[in-house]
Amino acid sequence: MSARMQGYNFAYLDEQTKRMIRRALLKAVAIPGHQVPFGSREMPLPYGWGTGGIQVTASVLGANDVLKVIDQGADDTTNAVSIRRFFARTAGVATTTHTDAATVIQTRHRIPEKQLREDQIIVYQVPQPEPLFRLEPSRAETRRMHGLSDYGLMHVKLYEDIARFGQVSISYDYPVMVNHRYLMSPSPIPSFDNPKMHMMPALQLFGAGREKRIYAIPPYTDVRSLDFDDHPFRATRAPHACGLCGATDSYLDEVVTDDRGGRLFVCSDTDHCTERRETGCVGAEGVPEAAE
Amino acid sequence: MNDESLLSARGLSLHFGAIPALVDVDVDLWPGEVLAIVGESGSGKTTLLNVLSGRMAADAGVVWYRDPAGRLVDVHAMPAPALRTLHRSDWGFVHQNPRDNLRMAVSAGGNVGERLMAQGARHYANIRAEAMRWLEEVEIDADRIDDLPRTFSGGMLQRLQIARTLVTHPRLVFMDEPTGGLDVSVQARLLDLIRSLVARFSIAVVLVTHDIAVARLLAQRIVVMQRGRVVETGLTDQVLDDPQHPYTQLLVSSVLQA
Amino acid sequence: MAYVAVKGGERAIDNAHAWLAEERRGDVAVPELGIDQISGQLGRAVDRAMGEGSLYDRDLAALAIKQAQGDLIEAAFLLRAYRTTLPRFAHSLPVETAGMTVKRRISAVFKDLPGGQLLGPTYDYTHRLLDFTLTAAGAAPPAVPEQVATDAAGEMPRVHDILGHEGLMEADLPSDSVPGDLTREPLSFPAPRDVRLQALARGDEGFLLALGYSTQRGWGGTHPFAGEIRAGAVSVEIEPAELGFAIDIGDIELTECQMVNQFKGSKIVPPQFTRGYGLVFGASERKAMSMALVDRAMRAEELGEDVVAPAQNVEFVLYHSDNIEATGFVEHLKLPHYVDFQSELETVRRMRAEVEAGTQPAEAAE
Repeated sequence: MSARMQGYNFAYLDEQTKRMIRRALLKAVAIPGHQVPFGSREMPLPYGWGTGGIQVTASVLGANDVLKVIDQGADDTTNAVSIRRFFARTAGVATTTHTDAATVIQTRHRIPEKQLREDQIIVYQVPQPEPLFRLEPSRAETRRMHGLSDYGLMHVKLYEDIARFGQVSISYDYPVMVNHRYLMSPSPIPSFDNPKMHMMPALQLFGAGREKRIYAIPPYTDVRSLDFDDHPFRATRAPHACGLCGATDSYLDEVVTDDRGGRLFVCSDTDHCTERRETGCVGAEGVPEAAE
Repeated sequence: MNDESLLSARGLSLHFGAIPALVDVDVDLWPGEVLAIVGESGSGKTTLLNVLSGRMAADAGVVWYRDPAGRLVDVHAMPAPALRTLHRSDWGFVHQNPRDNLRMAVSAGGNVGERLMAQGARHYANIRAEAMRWLEEVEIDADRIDDLPRTFSGGMLQRLQIARTLVTHPRLVFMDEPTGGLDVSVQARLLDLIRSLVARFSIAVVLVTHDIAVARLLAQRIVVMQRGRVVETGLTDQVLDDPQHPYTQLLVSSVLQA
Repeated sequence: MAYVAVKGGERAIDNAHAWLAEERRGDVAVPELGIDQISGQLGRAVDRAMGEGSLYDRDLAALAIKQAQGDLIEAAFLLRAYRTTLPRFAHSLPVETAGMTVKRRISAVFKDLPGGQLLGPTYDYTHRLLDFTLTAAGAAPPAVPEQVATDAAGEMPRVHDILGHEGLMEADLPSDSVPGDLTREPLSFPAPRDVRLQALARGDEGFLLALGYSTQRGWGGTHPFAGEIRAGAVSVEIEPAELGFAIDIGDIELTECQMVNQFKGSKIVPPQFTRGYGLVFGASERKAMSMALVDRAMRAEELGEDVVAPAQNVEFVLYHSDNIEATGFVEHLKLPHYVDFQSELETVRRMRAEVEAGTQPAEAAE
């Protein structure tokens, strides 16, 4: 365990606050997909940068946990580094970049490629918990719509997309029905990741700090992406193989390599890519790992 | 409640401050029947419509509805979700201003299809086919299906609202001045359309209007309201040709003079 | 060509912090700003940081302003993040602004009134000409003002109380209910007035100013008169349960604005004047006035007025007045979004490909 910062409680939040958040989490787990209001605290990081996820992580983290933080699938993006550091300083917990080794994974915008396990918790940072907000801005009204399961409007949006574009044009933050009851925002993950939420063995927790909402999906819960029978949901990815590890089933980032249209597609999940390369997988643009 | 009636109200009363909006009102509506509620503005007719449809609570009285399974339900004692389900399936509401009901940023097809989707329809092609059929029913060209309502005329908007309301085959539709605010020629066409649709699909209608001529054309029975009270009720032709109450006489004579 | 993903986020962050510290200090040949200089000489900045930071502490606010290089939203953010870690010992009793030690007190509705008008330290009648004598350090201290703060107790009744005696002003009934606290409980609707006032008191001055201004230009007009503005010190009291009586824990400076608004009356209520209320830390008079305008505008529904303008829409105002929330979410757009953007790219490419291949439904071709 690394050295913990003095003068603050374990994982920054005071125990009363953590208890309040845990109560909200329990309620959220009991009502899968339902947004539970909570007394979100002012955090020393800006709203919109993961304050909800951080509060949830702080409330579930124990001294023996191993934390992984990713942003856009990568462990080394600045915001992921900053949040990982925050917990290393305030909780002194061990951190890792290995999906396998982590007990708690805080994420922004991705779900790791590797299937998560029952002994893991994934915490999503959520900018906008209300899946209906683009269609109905009033939260008083959307709350009523959730209460009455009145989701025709969301399907109207899908209908309009198909009528205009021949397909649903939502590519990320693609709305899901949880446990056949609540319409839920999966957070801005690419729709490619949506199927991973369905019957996931790990506990999925969602924190929206600025909007002061917590929600959850318990392990092995039915999670369906909204669609029509004759226009079923499709998880899409760039039609390429990872340039570094050669994977053809992972979500890819597009890297611009020059100003003449040069492109390189690489795994967005950096840990997944690294692990594959360590076992000898090489993509068209990669170098064999053994050469090092 | 009468054995056959679809909707019955007994003893409805409602006050706004010191002003009586409804005083001890009884109403009965039979399946497939068009009932007109007429009166001047301020007579309480729109309030009555809102109370009958459960959109507004009364101070006293009860509204019974016979559901498709033949059970009587107390409209004002229903849980909110059940009332809402009723409103988007077995019932419909046609507003005077179609913009209050339509989604102006959603295509005509989406507007008509919404109630089907809210009921759980999940087959795009079927929803679209049904929307197209209903656009034709209300005499809107099927190739306007992907157009936004803002490109429609006032009469077309009102017909689109009717298609959106009738797509789920409601048994009971509440209409609040459905031809108000339209040109006379447009009104006539719309009245014809409403008359033929409610007859063909045997839809019961509670129609609020200040226009005696509209009531005469559409309604089998009529309720005349004044200051929150029902002053006369009966078969439309009977009431309008031989009004008994002085207020009804005044209403009828003012139309004839006009 | 072998591609190596960008690494080194940690070092980049450390370097950025070091650079920021250097930039903050500026030219080392120039003496460093002292906290006492900021709290003593940039009082209005300190007031604003305290108000929007929801923490009354002039020294901490001055520190925050120094640390934030004078960026007042950043300073308020620092104060908020600090405030949230503080334990709560007690709640104060309501402060009594009628007993304020008044530095400034004006009313726009009466020419003269008990206790008189007291201009106090204000920019109102200064000519906005740059005063180049201020560029010279070590200038002679300004002359002592003639007027000193007046103890208002008993001799400066609030204008609203004067109108209230005649029944012309709506009653402001005391309530024993515990006021809400947005910093502990999330906002819910309908939001009661105490919660709305708390949100406004913490809200962004610029946002409230613009909203208040919009009500004057017809977007939810409230026919306001500045009934009274008073600024000065009030004592804060707490009543510890073990004592059973109130004790004075110190003074804070406040500015209070009571707007008098016309009200035509309704079926149940005779015509009378209504109130819009503003109360802020320090001398933030512009904000107190804006707050009072917006408070009154948000009472539209309660008073049976049509809700048509942004300032009257309680949900709109309360969800967007907090500049810490707003700045975080606006600025989060600079965080990486390449996963989302990638998925949009793929969707747009796919849709374009299908249009070119002619697989689009015919009616979609416009």
